[in-house]
Amino acid sequence: MIYREAGNYKTTYAADQAIFTLQLDRVFMTMVMVLAFLVVPLWANEYWLQAVLIPFLIFSLAAIGLNLLTGYAGQLSLGTGGFMAVGAYSTYKLTTAFPDLNILLVFLLAGFFAALVGIVFGLPSLRIKGFYLAVATLAAQFFILWLFNKVGWFYNNNSSGNITAPPRELFGLVVTGAAAKAQVRYLLSLGILTLFALFAKNIVRGRIGRSWMAIRDMDIAAEIIGIRPLHTKLLAFALSSFYCGVAGAMSVFLWLGSAETEAFSIFISFQVLFMVIVGGLGSILGSILGAAFITLLPILLTNVPLLVGLRIPIDLQKHIEQIVFGGLIVFFLIVEPHGLARLWQIMKEKLRRWPFPY
Amino acid sequence: MELLNTFFVAPFASMFGSPLFLAEVIIGGLLTGVLYSLVALGFVLIFKASGVFNFSQGAMVLFAALTLVGLMERGVPVWLALALTVLVMIALAWLIERLMLSRLVNQEGIILFMATIGLSFLLEGFGQIFWGSNVKRLDIGIPNESIHLAGIPINQFDLFAALMAAGVVALLAVFFQKTPTGRALRAVADDHQAALSIGIPLQRIWLIVWSVSGFVAIIAGVVWGAKSGVQFSLSLIALKALPVLILGGFTSVPGAIVGGLIIGVGEKIAEIYWGPVLGGAIENWFAYMLAMVFLMFRPQGLFGERIIERI
Amino acid sequence: MKINLKNIIWITMAVLALVLSSGGCEKKDGGSKQAGGGQEQFFPMLVYRTGPYAPSGIPVANGFRDYYDLVNKRDGGINGVKITWEECETEYNTKLGVECYERLKNKGDNGATLFNPFSTGITYQLIPKAAVDKIPIHSMGYGRTSAADGRVFEWVFNFPTTYWSQASAFVKYVGSQEGGMDKLKGKKIALVYHNSAYGKEPIATLEKLAEQHGYDLKQLAVDHPGQEQKSTWLQIRQYSPDWIFMWGWGVMNQVAIKEAAAIGFPMDRFIGVWWSGSESDVVPAGEGAKGYKAGAFHASGGEWPVLQDVLKHVYNGDMEKARANNWGEVLYNRAIVNGMYNVESVRTAQAKFGNRTVKGEEVRWGLENLNLTQERLKELGMDGFVQPVKITCADHESGGSVFIQQWDGSKWNPASEWISPISELVRPMIEADAASYAKENGITPRGC
Repeated sequence: MIYREAGNYKTTYAADQAIFTLQLDRVFMTMVMVLAFLVVPLWANEYWLQAVLIPFLIFSLAAIGLNLLTGYAGQLSLGTGGFMAVGAYSTYKLTTAFPDLNILLVFLLAGFFAALVGIVFGLPSLRIKGFYLAVATLAAQFFILWLFNKVGWFYNNNSSGNITAPPRELFGLVVTGAAAKAQVRYLLSLGILTLFALFAKNIVRGRIGRSWMAIRDMDIAAEIIGIRPLHTKLLAFALSSFYCGVAGAMSVFLWLGSAETEAFSIFISFQVLFMVIVGGLGSILGSILGAAFITLLPILLTNVPLLVGLRIPIDLQKHIEQIVFGGLIVFFLIVEPHGLARLWQIMKEKLRRWPFPY
Repeated sequence: MELLNTFFVAPFASMFGSPLFLAEVIIGGLLTGVLYSLVALGFVLIFKASGVFNFSQGAMVLFAALTLVGLMERGVPVWLALALTVLVMIALAWLIERLMLSRLVNQEGIILFMATIGLSFLLEGFGQIFWGSNVKRLDIGIPNESIHLAGIPINQFDLFAALMAAGVVALLAVFFQKTPTGRALRAVADDHQAALSIGIPLQRIWLIVWSVSGFVAIIAGVVWGAKSGVQFSLSLIALKALPVLILGGFTSVPGAIVGGLIIGVGEKIAEIYWGPVLGGAIENWFAYMLAMVFLMFRPQGLFGERIIERI
Repeated sequence: MKINLKNIIWITMAVLALVLSSGGCEKKDGGSKQAGGGQEQFFPMLVYRTGPYAPSGIPVANGFRDYYDLVNKRDGGINGVKITWEECETEYNTKLGVECYERLKNKGDNGATLFNPFSTGITYQLIPKAAVDKIPIHSMGYGRTSAADGRVFEWVFNFPTTYWSQASAFVKYVGSQEGGMDKLKGKKIALVYHNSAYGKEPIATLEKLAEQHGYDLKQLAVDHPGQEQKSTWLQIRQYSPDWIFMWGWGVMNQVAIKEAAAIGFPMDRFIGVWWSGSESDVVPAGEGAKGYKAGAFHASGGEWPVLQDVLKHVYNGDMEKARANNWGEVLYNRAIVNGMYNVESVRTAQAKFGNRTVKGEEVRWGLENLNLTQERLKELGMDGFVQPVKITCADHESGGSVFIQQWDGSKWNPASEWISPISELVRPMIEADAASYAKENGITPRGC
């Protein structure tokens, strides 16, 4: 009843190929965007922005990046943390070397460097597959972090070994460093995520995305129909690392403010992979939903006992949280292995039939 | 030229300059390698029989060690504590099979992999709730001193641990090759459907495999726990086992052993002879790089089953 | 509607969303609470009672809690202002640290008093925020060493000492053991360090001193977490150093001590940083740890009047319960010291601003004018427990003296007098580093 395709007539090819072909979808998306861009910054306090929403946006971007590689091109990677580190450290190097360079441009350049590194570490994918590839990408993860930790040039030889986001301005507003308002950083992150998500959505709908999916489903068959595996796989690695690199840069410059290599440890790689799988492999929306689930759930679990007024020892609470988190992951995978994106789809189906299910 | 010298000449010169030390390094590497194998073995067993890349093996090691030490701290005698821990691990295997695996039959590998990561959260949480997060001392009464063999000092504890690991491996080899259950396990590993059709009870086999890998986790937990104290960090040794795993191949027990030895020796040699030139602490990534280089030549690992692709 | 798993998910998700959104509203109320003349002083506590570093985090958290409790029970608060506190679990993870900071910074009558991150990574993250949020940070002997330069780091304090001071004190100690600094020439010192920003702290100082005194320094990095250190210790055996320094953390400490014992290295020539010198580092290593030394800036053990007070007022004389809460252990005592500094800073601030709940800004003033004399320490039951400190606008480190303690198999005993750092070396390094930080971040140093 509520969600109906009927009555939507497409009269142009453009309308037929739109991302949101239904009026209802367009209205809904507009509402979400208005909510995200206007209402949230006015409503949310600093805790919400800094501790919940900004990390969610940044991880969404990283999850989209990994989903391009793992969900669409079928290459399992555990090097996400490493690629994020490349983005963060190159941003730091660039912006300290050229303080006047526009910070957005720096982010893009950093993503570009991450893409180059991604291509190098993507080379083994031509020969290695599946879990073997996953563990091989760990070589990238460990090597990159070791390099950034060991070579002082990457952190300007400062005694602390940390990279700290210096204050940078955009349109006259301070956007990085501690002086930047949380609202500003939120809006910038949201803006970047929106553009990148749109771009990713269009990539995966087009020729490139289709060739990735062909490789994913059966690479030999794809090769036979004329898709070049080298070209396609490396492009997936490059784009995915680009996204992760930008996300890494954002995580230091728009969120943490300061970081050492530890901030990009292997656990981040796992976390992002989690988001992709819980959200749904091969779905842009799923990446975002997955990021929401994985970043918000622990915070929710921490806050629930406080809200209910339950005073339990903090370590016990953390352990329970861990158990609930692990349990929910397993539960979700059992109930819906195709992730949250699939649940979303089912909900749309339900809405279409409601209240007259058949 | 200078660079070539420091990378390609000087390390070899110092290697052959003191062969006795080189021997010590290699022996040290072998002894460590066996301990890596021990952890990797747990992965291999489960992957072989159920196709699950069980990331929770590290958490299982932690859980087993915590249970054992926790029981001992409460005054349970060692042998009883050990027996109880074995029972706990079997119960755990049963629960995992019942609540998780049986509901995830036929899912893709990556989903199963993720589920085991979720499982490792569960195990870490439960382990710490029951036994606390504080570090616990585990003393198995082996002196931590070196004995000298032909002028080469060998740590007694490491030697003992390696022997114990070797014993477990031998036991498993016999179990897999000679017993009917072992044969059934191999059948399941080869083909689930075919195994089912000739009447091998899949559920029971999975229970056995998870129990056996729980048993391996106990051994690994005892050895590593005695080395570093029983605490949360134990679950991180899984990371040390991954390069061993890909080097040896996911499906091969001998692969886990040989892989462990190669990684053990390789990373020690790299760290000691090339580490100083590069700035040290190269062990971690070197192990992965080494494994990756091997994979370039054999994408299925040293002893893994040949990957055959058909259209 | 059939009751199946999927429906259950929907309902749970709806409920969760409700809870989450109501949580947001409530948070907002809490945050916008007007600052006023309340009678409670709120201390946020970033703790790690779980995760890989829990063995170090638990005693620290207990120590803080017990000291605050003691002040409330024994003195009825700080000049009548009750202390309140709340723990937030960080697992020693910087990302959770951000969440905890945001959660706690506006709590209490007047916002958070000050933050003690107890993690180098979290400290680095909070340093730029401190000036913006106007909440001071006291990172006691960890975090950014150059924060000792108060002209650049107005809001950050790291008294009573820093890693660089400690490294120089270690070298002085080795000199005194060898029979004079001139005897250092040709000696071999190995530094085993945690391969992170924290572990690399002492390198610059030790290298500079190596140039001056002519000893040989070999640096050996151990990667996180450090359960496997065979190659490090094989290298040490080959190098056969006269002394070993260790900048370790977590499980790495126990393994290193065990390995050192296994290669038969004389343990009294093996000195750890103060994060490598607590009970949880030596006990798991067993007998072999006997004789191992570590730096410290406060005493251990329970015989001090302040700890007896804790026993009496907090635990009602129940020794067993106190011991179970790490009472008298090194890290527990460290938190007692830190708690004391926190409380005394508030007291100092109250002397100027009145006996009421003080704000972060006022606490900063209190920290900067903190003057704990020998007499005052005696009143607090801490005479000889820690060194007196006097903070100034330019000097946020004060003194910087440390002593060496030694493990005898059951407890830590002092093995040296207080050793003052080589300030003429360390201070210029601190100022140079602070200046470069100021330049990179566009800070104009205050005139002091």
